[in-house]
Amino acid sequence: MTRASDVPEISSLADLFAIAYGIEIDAVARYELLADQMETHNNAELVAMFRDLARAEGLHAEEIRRLAGDIDVAAHAAQLGAWKSGDSPEEADLNAAHYLMTPWHALQMALAGEERALAFFQRILDTAEDPGIKAMAAEFVNEETEHVELCHRLLRKHQRPPDSWSHDLDPPGGQE
Amino acid sequence: MSTAEMRQVRRPGDYRSDVKPVWCPGCGDHHILLSFTRAFAELGEPPENIAVISGIGCSSRIPAYTNCYGFHGVHGRSLALAAGLKVTRPDLTVVVASGDGDGYSIGGNHFLHACRRNLDMTYVVMDNRVYGMTKGQPSPTTEPDFDTALSPGGTGLSPFHPLVIALASGANFVARAFSGEHKETASILVDAIRHPGFSFVEILSPCVTFRPDERQWKTMVRPAPVAATDDPGRAARRLMTDDGFNIGILYRGARKPYRPEFGRATADLAALEKEFEL
Repeated sequence: MTRASDVPEISSLADLFAIAYGIEIDAVARYELLADQMETHNNAELVAMFRDLARAEGLHAEEIRRLAGDIDVAAHAAQLGAWKSGDSPEEADLNAAHYLMTPWHALQMALAGEERALAFFQRILDTAEDPGIKAMAAEFVNEETEHVELCHRLLRKHQRPPDSWSHDLDPPGGQE
Repeated sequence: MSTAEMRQVRRPGDYRSDVKPVWCPGCGDHHILLSFTRAFAELGEPPENIAVISGIGCSSRIPAYTNCYGFHGVHGRSLALAAGLKVTRPDLTVVVASGDGDGYSIGGNHFLHACRRNLDMTYVVMDNRVYGMTKGQPSPTTEPDFDTALSPGGTGLSPFHPLVIALASGANFVARAFSGEHKETASILVDAIRHPGFSFVEILSPCVTFRPDERQWKTMVRPAPVAATDDPGRAARRLMTDDGFNIGILYRGARKPYRPEFGRATADLAALEKEFEL
């Protein structure tokens, strides 16, 4: 039943900043949640990976806050509210988590999120009529393009695991 | 200013405790926790006005992960505990969490009578069609051909149909949700909690460890093609053609919730002694 997120309306530059900020904050919360899950299941490598991703998204959020200048993006984002259905573009897919997942899987999640965000801002760039919104959307498109490229670079360091990656020598299904 | 306007604006995080869930990564119950906290925030009730009551099983750990009042009760008896609480504290918002094993097997009898009594509370069953906490035994909603070492060749038993049972037993609100659509699930929970009487919400929640096939549910669920009805006969006919993957509110009844008189005895001691005289 996957549905397109119902995108909040963007009628001012403040809206665009707030939505962009909200996307990064949502991503931070989701990566922290995944890091907590991996901590519970003793997958230390993924704890570190998800915490790093959360930190990176937090830096992006701060960058947006800086770009917004006098606009209180946090307050405006809270006022606009969350996506009513579906996740916001950079929220990693909780369904895809697995206790034995590898950095490659985490980076695939991150890449998918950055690509969704890129498509989101590209759509705004293509459809916005206000020159200020258009210019800032172009800025965000450049940012997200860099993030996509960064994910690709990191994926070169973390190769795809063999198909047996989820094989557990001490599986939870001990009675099977 | 209205009461609603006077309510403090609350965020989902206000309803989360500091306890980290031990559910498996990928488990649908993580999403359901997000739905609970989102629904509570939308309702705007302070955490101390909400009680989350549960039984035993993976799903029943959820009270610990909220900072509302909670009670992690005995197996299959969450509804009995919740009924007692609601009768004595009708001012509280009572939400009961259970799983398909806890709620439909050992707690099956309580389910029937809770629907029939129609106390004003919400019953959420997180259905993964397996006993996850005890390593994968078939539950009442497991398909007959679920073939494992514990059920060689499958159980061969017809699964329990929760929505049919709820409707037939008198539940005043009947819905099905999918954990992966957590915002839509939150919206259904808000409707269920606001609806007077006994509300039943079945949430399909994949067990990725013992039922990895259930990861595919996200491609199988769909919004129900018709809107909710207040006609139980029509709702029952819709269930005749339901394959278990239609998501949404099926039925909103108008039956008056059960509210027992509660308070001090009105008879004096002498009258009571006379009444119980042998």
